[in-house]
Amino acid sequence: MATLPVLKEYPAQEHPETHFLNHDKSLKSWLLTVDHKRIGLMYLASVIFFFFVGGVLALALRLELWEPARNFMDADTYNRIFTLHGAVMIFLFIIPSIPAALGNIFLPVMLGAKDVAFPRLNLASFYIYVGGALFTLYSMAHGGIDTGWTFYTPYSTTSGSAVISMTFGVFVMGFSSILTGMNFIVTIHKMRAPGLVWGKLPLFIWSLYATAIIQVLATPVLAITLLLLIMERTLGIGIFDPALGGDPVLYQHFFWFYSHPAVYIMIVPAFGIISELIATFSRKTIFGYWAIAFSSLAIAFIGFLVWGHHMFTSGQSELSTVVFSFLTFFVGLPTGIKILNWVATMYKGSIWMQSPMLYAIMFLFLFTIGGLTGIMLGALSVNIHLHDTYYVVAHFHYVMMGGTVFAFLGGLHFWWPKFTGKMFNELQAKIAAVILFIGFNMTFLPQFVMGSQGMPRRYYGYIEQFQTLHQYSTVGSWVLGVGFLLIFWYLVQSLRKGEAAPSNPWGGRSLEWMISSPMPPHNFDYIPVVKHGPYDYHQPIAEFRLGIDDGHSHTETKAH
Amino acid sequence: MSHTDATHSNSHLQHHFVDSDQQFDSAKLGMWLFLVTEILFFGGLFVAYIVYRAWNPELFTMAATQLDTVMGGINTLVLIGSSLTMALAIRAAQTDNPSASIKYLASTVALAFVFMVIKYFEYTHKFELGIYPGEAYSFTGIDHPKAHIFFSIYYMMTGLHGIHVIIGIGIITWLIIKTRNGAFNSSYYTPVEITGLYWHLVDIIWIFLFPLLYLID
Amino acid sequence: MQRLREYLLPEQSSTVASDVDNLFMFINIIGGLLLLGITIALIYYSWKYRRKSVEDVTPVIRHNLALELTWTIIPLILIMIVFAWGFRGYMNLRNAPGDSMEVYVTGLSFGWQFTYTNGVMSGSDLYVPAGRPVKLLMQSRDVIHSFFVPDFRIKQDLLPNRYTTQWFQADKPGQHVIFCTEYCGSGHSAMMGRVIVLPENEFNDWLAAEKAKSEQELPLARLGENVFSQQGCMACHSLDGAAGIGPTMKGLFGATRNFTDGTSAVADESYLREAILISNTKVVTGYPPAMPNYSGVLSDRQVDALIEYIKELN
Repeated sequence: MATLPVLKEYPAQEHPETHFLNHDKSLKSWLLTVDHKRIGLMYLASVIFFFFVGGVLALALRLELWEPARNFMDADTYNRIFTLHGAVMIFLFIIPSIPAALGNIFLPVMLGAKDVAFPRLNLASFYIYVGGALFTLYSMAHGGIDTGWTFYTPYSTTSGSAVISMTFGVFVMGFSSILTGMNFIVTIHKMRAPGLVWGKLPLFIWSLYATAIIQVLATPVLAITLLLLIMERTLGIGIFDPALGGDPVLYQHFFWFYSHPAVYIMIVPAFGIISELIATFSRKTIFGYWAIAFSSLAIAFIGFLVWGHHMFTSGQSELSTVVFSFLTFFVGLPTGIKILNWVATMYKGSIWMQSPMLYAIMFLFLFTIGGLTGIMLGALSVNIHLHDTYYVVAHFHYVMMGGTVFAFLGGLHFWWPKFTGKMFNELQAKIAAVILFIGFNMTFLPQFVMGSQGMPRRYYGYIEQFQTLHQYSTVGSWVLGVGFLLIFWYLVQSLRKGEAAPSNPWGGRSLEWMISSPMPPHNFDYIPVVKHGPYDYHQPIAEFRLGIDDGHSHTETKAH
Repeated sequence: MSHTDATHSNSHLQHHFVDSDQQFDSAKLGMWLFLVTEILFFGGLFVAYIVYRAWNPELFTMAATQLDTVMGGINTLVLIGSSLTMALAIRAAQTDNPSASIKYLASTVALAFVFMVIKYFEYTHKFELGIYPGEAYSFTGIDHPKAHIFFSIYYMMTGLHGIHVIIGIGIITWLIIKTRNGAFNSSYYTPVEITGLYWHLVDIIWIFLFPLLYLID
Repeated sequence: MQRLREYLLPEQSSTVASDVDNLFMFINIIGGLLLLGITIALIYYSWKYRRKSVEDVTPVIRHNLALELTWTIIPLILIMIVFAWGFRGYMNLRNAPGDSMEVYVTGLSFGWQFTYTNGVMSGSDLYVPAGRPVKLLMQSRDVIHSFFVPDFRIKQDLLPNRYTTQWFQADKPGQHVIFCTEYCGSGHSAMMGRVIVLPENEFNDWLAAEKAKSEQELPLARLGENVFSQQGCMACHSLDGAAGIGPTMKGLFGATRNFTDGTSAVADESYLREAILISNTKVVTGYPPAMPNYSGVLSDRQVDALIEYIKELN
């Protein structure tokens, strides 16, 4: 047996010559890479592309709604566009956005591992995602689909649009999501660096863990639901189609059994990013580490029991409606606790208002609105009035966009120097964040009002009383567009001629900040050893860079 | 085997793992998670089954008489037998006995083929009667307006299970080739072990399907 | 507060509306206070604890049991109040009083049809008496629709395979818009109707007059006009040449129709009959294949009457 390993400090090399981006520049080395960072970057490029596609569709919808009647497109086009906007944003952008893109790049690094547990499976899941995306694009080109992203039967079994190729695309993408989730769970269980016990995991990892559990448990049910829907259309199996003796409400139960937990696939990773941002930029130990970690798991668990709250008016039994409403409120509780923990973390901190922190603050404000309006929608009698109105549209945009997208942007800015090795223009970043914040509220606040006044969603035309509010909302969408263009502009500038980034620009304590920017090809050339928690700012920074030589002798270095 | 000796042939150890144990544990946990997703995937169909059976209990009793209990029973025995040969194949791989391992793997494949052939006869017999899935259903022997839904569920469940058997045949055949090339030994037999887990799951799902579909009274 | 409520919510025209609105405002006020508190804390902390130097040392505060219990228990109590209040209101919305007047509602792409127990039918407009509870027994002819009257705070989906119900009582005469709130295709946003609340005696007069109308042996074209309105055809087909979800009926008879499959035909009686009964065998270019089949819904005499009526529109 080897002698006891020597624990020593491994300072990061500043501005390394070779790193994961340039150690092999051939196209093949990208397309066939099994490096989680490169796969993550390919995901990142894809999700940003699809965010752009979904965003353009949204601008078109908002422009059409400038007028109560026809503005520049007909009803069928409008219906296809809102369906695609939803499907693209949900399945192609938001579900993979944080876990598959940012998570892929940073999860192994934050665990002190050289890669995820199954690198080839990771690449496969990227290509499965691309395959699913191609089906979606194919459906767009072949008449589109006009059922709404929920594919409710019997409309989806009778609609003349490209339902089969679209649902098949989503079916395929589901497997990508499942494989990523499996990979992350195994990686978190088995690949942690020595000393990195569960209680020292960064909260971003905890949130990815909770997300991965939902992905693994919920997505197969979506897969079988969509398979049944495809069979319904091709063979007429009659399980969901009332014309053949089936039950359309059963479809809704199947669908929301996945799609409600899927909401947490979208938002829980955002919680993880916010925890990192608040702690790092307050340079302070996180308040209530376990409360935040376990509330993610609690949300993941309760999230499986509340799917029926999408169906209060569907004709399900009154008893189920009441039970689902009751349980729904228990998702609100851990969510509220998280928000208060974050605010408490800022108390007596040393708050550095850089752009990622600005996004975190905006997230807290917008997500609180999203959460509180969720309580409104959980209240039974009020829900009956608000269900399927613009109030719901505004609510989930506050959660999904004000929550997840703002957190995603915060995370993107936070880790940008780390994976590109370049800094961005901080002033422009702050301006863009403020523009987005104004544009976002201008777009969606009026929608709350319209909704409670009774404006139903998925409406191509509307009665004139709503026109003013619709126009505010449309102008807001343009402001949002300008904000995103500005971000795109300065990030491209940063790639082209940005100042070289140091290894730890924000003074973080978790493992990704202890290695070079951009990261080395295999993350660590030593075996990192974790002594302190990721938010222990009171400990000397040298003690966060400890490691042992990995040489090639695999000695007593079991990860668990 | 608490600590596989790292100096032993490490050709199978991927660069990002610290040692073989970690790699083996990871693969096994990954497979278990995959099996969980499989159970949930089939779970959707089981829920559809439960819901329709609760709504139409009489239909399920009537329709089950059209299913051939003898053939289903034989198939159950065939699959249980294949699970046994699979377990023996793993044992042989663990004990550095590749020729026995190949023999058992081949028996597993053979039994899987027997299963599929019996399934083929069951399906063709039903098609002759006009028992097709979905709208093509034209059998008049069951006096119930939703008879076609029972058979849609039957075909979905057994069909999806059949696809899993075929995938299993493919993977086990690949294992036979790898074993012949000497890929596995007592320190590395992960693919055989986790394929075994998969195969047992396929078997267990059938053990649920058989009574639920064939043995309703 | 009163004015805020009136801005955010439509007029309160049913007996249940004020309870729903009170809960709505209660959640808004509590939520608003929480949001205000969090926002003030965020802004104040951001300024008060702003970074002074990179060497700033921060205290290690990991827990505060009293604080954490407070912010768990108080929200828990609040959400239980909201649940109980919502539950009570919901039960009230679901349970129709025993003496309700019953009306059958059929949703179809894209219109509403109302049938009264004495056999009178009405398309698009639901006439009801003021001050009496009305129970709707609802069913869809094709896909899922949802019957939403914002002024009444009621909403319920209509399913193709079973009846769903809801009820309301409007105390004052007036008109209230009906929206479809379950997405149903091309004409979803045009699938509107009105609830027309009449004083009890006027309603009875209306019902009697409609009854008398349906019992007369009408000339075919007049019967056609009635069928056209009772079936809600005008939701998609205009009478004045205006474009809709479907082609206008004006000048239709005898015109040449071009179909999406490239063929064309002259709109004669046989064409109209086929187009009504098995509607989507030939779809006119420029329109979606959105019309439901009326085979089995309309009698031969009703189809004849519709054709006569369409002829008359030339």
